[in-house]
Amino acid sequence: MIKNDKKEVGMTLIVKTITRLTVGLILLFGIYIVLHGHISPGGGFAGGLIIALSFIHLMLAFGREAALKRLSEAKAAILESVGALLFLIIAVLGFTGGYFFLNFINKGKPFNLFSAGIIPLCNIAIAIKVGVGLFSIFIVLVILQEDRKE
Amino acid sequence: MSVYFLCLVLFSIGLYCVLRKRNIIKIIIGIAIMEYAINLFFILIAYRWQGRAPIMAQGREILGMVDPIPQALILTSIVIGLSVLALLVGIALRIFDKYNTFDITKIKRLKG
Amino acid sequence: MLALFIVISLGAAFLISLFGRKSKVFCDITCNISTFALFLLSLNSLFVVRQYSTVVYKIGGWIPPLGICLVLDGFSAFMLVTLNLVSFLIAIYSINYMEKYTDKYKFYSLFMLMVAGMNGVILTGDIFNLFVFLEIASVASYALVAFGVEAEELEASFKYAVIGVISSSFILLGIGLLYAYTSTLNMADISLTIAQKGFSSVILFVSVLFMAGFGIKSALVPFHAWLPDAHPSAPASISAMLSGVLIKVLGIYSLMRIFFNIFGVTEVMLTILTALGAISLLVGVFLAIGQWDLKRLLAYHSISQIGYVVLSIGLGTPLGILGGLFHLFNHSIFKSLLFLNSGAVEYATDNRDLKKMGGLKEKMPVTSNTSWIASMSISGIPPFNGFWSKLIIILACVQADRIGLAFIAVIGSILTLASFMKVQKFAFLGKLNTTLDKIKEVPVSMRLSMIIFAAICLFGGLLLIPHLMEYFLKPAVNVLVSGTEYAFTVLGG
Repeated sequence: MIKNDKKEVGMTLIVKTITRLTVGLILLFGIYIVLHGHISPGGGFAGGLIIALSFIHLMLAFGREAALKRLSEAKAAILESVGALLFLIIAVLGFTGGYFFLNFINKGKPFNLFSAGIIPLCNIAIAIKVGVGLFSIFIVLVILQEDRKE
Repeated sequence: MSVYFLCLVLFSIGLYCVLRKRNIIKIIIGIAIMEYAINLFFILIAYRWQGRAPIMAQGREILGMVDPIPQALILTSIVIGLSVLALLVGIALRIFDKYNTFDITKIKRLKG
Repeated sequence: MLALFIVISLGAAFLISLFGRKSKVFCDITCNISTFALFLLSLNSLFVVRQYSTVVYKIGGWIPPLGICLVLDGFSAFMLVTLNLVSFLIAIYSINYMEKYTDKYKFYSLFMLMVAGMNGVILTGDIFNLFVFLEIASVASYALVAFGVEAEELEASFKYAVIGVISSSFILLGIGLLYAYTSTLNMADISLTIAQKGFSSVILFVSVLFMAGFGIKSALVPFHAWLPDAHPSAPASISAMLSGVLIKVLGIYSLMRIFFNIFGVTEVMLTILTALGAISLLVGVFLAIGQWDLKRLLAYHSISQIGYVVLSIGLGTPLGILGGLFHLFNHSIFKSLLFLNSGAVEYATDNRDLKKMGGLKEKMPVTSNTSWIASMSISGIPPFNGFWSKLIIILACVQADRIGLAFIAVIGSILTLASFMKVQKFAFLGKLNTTLDKIKEVPVSMRLSMIIFAAICLFGGLLLIPHLMEYFLKPAVNVLVSGTEYAFTVLGG
């Protein structure tokens, strides 16, 4: 990374332009993977990973502030717990049918987007947890690194 | 049979790296190699000759698929491996703060 | 009902990490209420086991060999009571003790995760699920050991984490081989398949891997290197948790469940277990005697007492198993109490070196009296609980015609007494060290929890009364004695 006088953070113009074009697509692709987790390969973990990668991509290209403006550290920590709690609540709601983790919603027809009962909901909860969790691991390591430089 | 043996060799390489190397980062890499060796082993267990990916698709019969269970298990073990790795890297960074070195022969305040 | 053990602890962990940032009181209340609820539930499980003997809970309504099931039998109920009793008392202790650290909510959150992991390990009937819960508990404990983020703590945590990851890799490799051999992950089903296919060299290899993996987790002697570093470095309440229950749940419980109930125990395995137990017993106590760091001394004693447990269970006779399990319970009580005492001393004097203490009895009566009770208990002096369990262990050795082992157990006990005499003499008796004039007794929640532990130490021997034994110890012993019949009771019920 070359430091010019203009106090520009992040990488070069080429990287920034490409990032601006692709980062939205990466995010969308992640969401697609999450929502179609029950009918095609992928699911909450893989999709969440891709969502997290889009934020990390943003951070690498534009510097820390740009990414943290969209998803701050405190918000990330809260969202992470919310994702985990959501998953637990879905599991506990299975008690209404008598069993923990019971798939209590109507299963629908196979290969439809709205099918498979609680599995898409679980996927969404996992995606929130994994995506935000991975992003906050990255933030924490970066902050640790920058604290040391000072 | 030889592929399983090669897996074991990979596992041993990782174990050797963990036990023998003195740099903390190399130890962490060794741990990662061990985990990958085990993941590979699980996938190889699941494989059957000329099997196809265990994905249910419209209009295809469930025939000749590889065993999907180890693949699901591996996903879990990858998540665990990821969290352990992140924790280890975090601890390693903090250790570098305190001791200013990655050499484990110089990091030995605990004795006895 | 069984799923509640996991739901409550996990839910508490996430709730604390969500709302605990704002108010400390919320963390205290949530953690204490949830651990208390878990304790009540585990007491209830004793009665359930008395009534139905084995309860199988199908998660998501899937029948056992297909889906994951939770299994509650005598052994699980026994371990649940031990775990949740200790974790409840430690949660009380932490209210005041953890004030000196920042970020209390992170502590509670990790603590509840660890409890969740251990509850899961005890209850699950699926071998991969056991691995997942084991990893949850261990990862939380790696982080908790490093909680103080000082140089020594980080070093200990790194060492612990690396050795822990190696042991988990062994366990995972073993599970993989087992799956390849039996094509199932349900523990009862694995047991049945092995019984049908007969014993082969694969099982032998898997046994070795599990012995190494769970041996590292339970710190038996050739695998003990991490324990004396990791246990003293953690905050005292976590040391108590690690020494008191973690090494037993992750190590001993899983080892016994797998070797006794799944593989069906053989003469060779029993010999290996007794040998490991005897070595750990002697090596641990010899290393402990020379220590001057209070918590390090206690950590070495954990190795030695685990040796007693493994030695006694390794005898394989019903009396031996009874002695081993009873000693396991007693050890988790008095070792937790000793670690809490050391935490109290550290809290008051900011010091762990025995040479710099002295005469604390005047200033800290509660701490010194409870630690006296715990010391007498761990060295096997009547009428405390440690005496009764060691008596049974020695009787079991004699009954099994292993006089040598009985002799080793007696020697270990005498050396333990010697090293705790040293602790009492240097720390609590004698003249008050002049630098320690201004110290005060510790706050009320710490005192309360230590007094309850001491009371259990004092009356623990009563658990041997036949009527109480029927509820607490007997079902656990029966599960281990009946061995591979576990498979039929789980799949049949």
